Amino acid sequence: MQLWLIPLFPLAGFLVNGLLGRRFSRSLVNLFAIASVLLSFVWVLKTLYGLGDLPAAHVEHYFTWIRSGSLDIGCDFSVDRLTAVMLLVVTGIGSLIHIYAIGYMAHEGGYRRFFAYLNLFMFFMLTLVLAANFALLFVGWEGVGLCSYLLIGFYFDKPFATTAGNKAFIVNRIGDFGFSLAMFLIFVNFQTFDFARVFAQAPGAPVGTLTLIGLLLLVGACGKSAQLPLYVWLPDAMAGPTPVSALIHAATMVTAGVYMTARAWVIYAHAPAAMHTIAIVGIATAFFAATIGLAQNDIKKVFAYSTVSQLGYMFVGVGSGAFGAGIYHLVTHAFFKALLFLGAGSVIHALSGEQDMSKMGGLWKKIPWTFGTMACAAMAIAGVPWLSGFYSKDAILVAAYQQAPWIYWLGVATAGMTAFYVFRAMFLTFFGDYRGDRHPHESPPVMLVPLVILALLSLAGGALFPVPEFLRGFFHAAEAPEDFTLMAISVASGFIGIALAALMYLFKPGMAGAFAGRIGGLYKLVYNKYFVDEAYDAALVRPLVGGSRAVLWKAIDAAGIDGAVNGVGARARDVGALLQRIQSGNIRSYATWVALGAVLLIFVMGLAGGIVR
Amino acid sequence: MDLILFLVFGAIALVCAVNVVVQRHPISSAVSLIGVMGSLAILYLLLGAEFLAAAQVIVYAGAVMVLFVFVIMLLNAGTEIRQGQSFTVQLLGVPVLIGLLVLLAFLGRLLSRPETMVRFGDFHGGGPKAVGEALFTTFLLPFEATSVLILIAIVGAMVLARKEMD
Amino acid sequence: MQQVPTSWFLMLAAALFTLGVAGFLFRRNIVTVFMSIELMLNAVNLSFVAFAHQHRQVDGHLYAFFVMVVAAAEAAVGLAIILTVFRNRGTLNIDDVDSMKD
Repeated sequence: MQLWLIPLFPLAGFLVNGLLGRRFSRSLVNLFAIASVLLSFVWVLKTLYGLGDLPAAHVEHYFTWIRSGSLDIGCDFSVDRLTAVMLLVVTGIGSLIHIYAIGYMAHEGGYRRFFAYLNLFMFFMLTLVLAANFALLFVGWEGVGLCSYLLIGFYFDKPFATTAGNKAFIVNRIGDFGFSLAMFLIFVNFQTFDFARVFAQAPGAPVGTLTLIGLLLLVGACGKSAQLPLYVWLPDAMAGPTPVSALIHAATMVTAGVYMTARAWVIYAHAPAAMHTIAIVGIATAFFAATIGLAQNDIKKVFAYSTVSQLGYMFVGVGSGAFGAGIYHLVTHAFFKALLFLGAGSVIHALSGEQDMSKMGGLWKKIPWTFGTMACAAMAIAGVPWLSGFYSKDAILVAAYQQAPWIYWLGVATAGMTAFYVFRAMFLTFFGDYRGDRHPHESPPVMLVPLVILALLSLAGGALFPVPEFLRGFFHAAEAPEDFTLMAISVASGFIGIALAALMYLFKPGMAGAFAGRIGGLYKLVYNKYFVDEAYDAALVRPLVGGSRAVLWKAIDAAGIDGAVNGVGARARDVGALLQRIQSGNIRSYATWVALGAVLLIFVMGLAGGIVR
Repeated sequence: MDLILFLVFGAIALVCAVNVVVQRHPISSAVSLIGVMGSLAILYLLLGAEFLAAAQVIVYAGAVMVLFVFVIMLLNAGTEIRQGQSFTVQLLGVPVLIGLLVLLAFLGRLLSRPETMVRFGDFHGGGPKAVGEALFTTFLLPFEATSVLILIAIVGAMVLARKEMD
Repeated sequence: MQQVPTSWFLMLAAALFTLGVAGFLFRRNIVTVFMSIELMLNAVNLSFVAFAHQHRQVDGHLYAFFVMVVAAAEAAVGLAIILTVFRNRGTLNIDDVDSMKD
């Protein structure tokens, strides 16, 4: 089936644009970048068509990467139903965003570099999804982290961008540490990294071990998917260009954690404590992030916290045993969150760079297409019935109720808040009077067409792609039965949120300000994201940096190692200075040294020859 | 008879050698060196090296030393003035000399078979015929090489000693 | 006894060699130093011939012969160098020729 072609096309695009693209015209760069992703998408379609029903995984082995003792890691790709879903999302949404980026980045510098990095990201993400063992997945995992760093810090001349890139990478590393420990445990217990073999042996392993592995994998997932406590990098990652936020920090990379936990569902199915922890972490993150999203003024920050919150939802799905529902929400979230970000990008593009919603308003007349498509996404994410978000969110909440009702109720509250802040953003941006000073203009078709396609997917995608049914055979887990009461409650919560937002921002614009004034301190707390970043800085970053500076740098490196190395040099120089005194220029002293040497040499030769005893 | 010959000429050689080192005017040293070479020629005869003895007198004493005398007279070198030595020479010179002497004498004693005695006329292999045979067969390559060496020396000496063209 | 042990020749050679070294180390005049070198070469020749006699071979004579040839060539070139040095420096004091020091 030539699975290796799927990631190869974007890699080729990266190499061509990256190495040779300096002399290409814009159109040529576009050609390579878009063609590579589109070819990948087409090949995915061809492969899935050829594989048919996928009752079992289709594995292709390419070469042995590492063989050492009992460690045998091969470069293997496998496609099963879960992989199929992920492949379609990554290549499909990826292609749309690539096309959009042509328009968005048209006025930006570093055009070729942007598309090269974007292609590289696609390569790593596809490797991650296609991997048939933990080690290769980790390669893709790290690779997407790298590309995220490169793209967040794309405007590398701006300090806040590079700092955000560093933050993303470093926080990810903490998660990766957990992932690495999990991999070590897996190898120790199962002697392999191969998915098929690990998951075959997992049911027989002791529960404690499985729980530990599951928790460590969760740590890794928290880092990559921005869950508590490792979510802090995602809001800052908005420093990157908006297509990056859409592709990497909404639709694909951040979902890698969800994918990974879903992939390891066998382990979690046999370690209920770990699975429950996932649900708790997920709901806590969802609720927490939603509260922060209520008070933000930067349009991208609202959506960033929304992403964190929705990722929490996905983890709730996975943690409640409804793996299919979690993946379902991953797919629908990719539709409407990518659309929201791309739409925000369209707004920002229309306003020539303005991101503060307090300077927007009344734009629905000026950029109607953007408004229309974003409205579709907003309704989807709020859970309006029969749109995509409705189906997936509902499946998760129903499963959560089976696990633990309190998770369900928090989920309902979060759904209400989600609807509220998304529609708050919509009303602030598109309605009322225009509060800014720019000249808004609609975006070009190359940006609008992807928006329209995503809008259609957001509206109909839930009904068109019944993911849980598709994955039912894969996950061997019982789906929770439909419960209309629960569904009604969550839908009602959504509508209450929309209504409240309409009240505060559409009909009575001053109400929000007054309310914020009344709850004063609480508002400040939420607006400043609960000062989490500041707390991390004081508790962890500062002591670490200070300690490194004082101990590791000054004492060990400068004084110790440099001192030793320089000391060797200094001693060599001293010895040299001592020996230099022999070179006096006086021939007779030279002759004396020669004679002395000759005497000693003859003596030693005589000793060696046994003549002198 | 051989013993007396050896003792007499050995003593002359030693005394002249000491003179070479001790005399202050170079010309005295040169003449003493001629004396050393002459005594050595006699000793070669004692050892049966007739050809070499002749070569010693003709080439060494007759040509090389004459060259030395010419140069000394050309340079008009005067007597040496007493001056200080370098530190190294002062410190190490005498011990090195003593060590060298002891070592060489010891080796000499050890390497020679004690029963070998030297008698005048008991070795006939040192005549011109034997030397010639060995020179042009076994030692042909060094012979040719030294020819080239002498050529180079001639050219070098001429170039070095030439007066500058004004 | 009427015969001379070979070792006596070798000890004589050792003594002559040491005297040559002494002259080389302790004399200041370049020409005298050169003559001490010649003395050393002669001592070596003597030991070659003595060993040739001991082993009843003519090879030692040949070695001594070549030493002589080379000594002659060396004397020629060396004296030419001394002449040049004298012309440039005006001195025959070996301690004054010390531009090779560090």
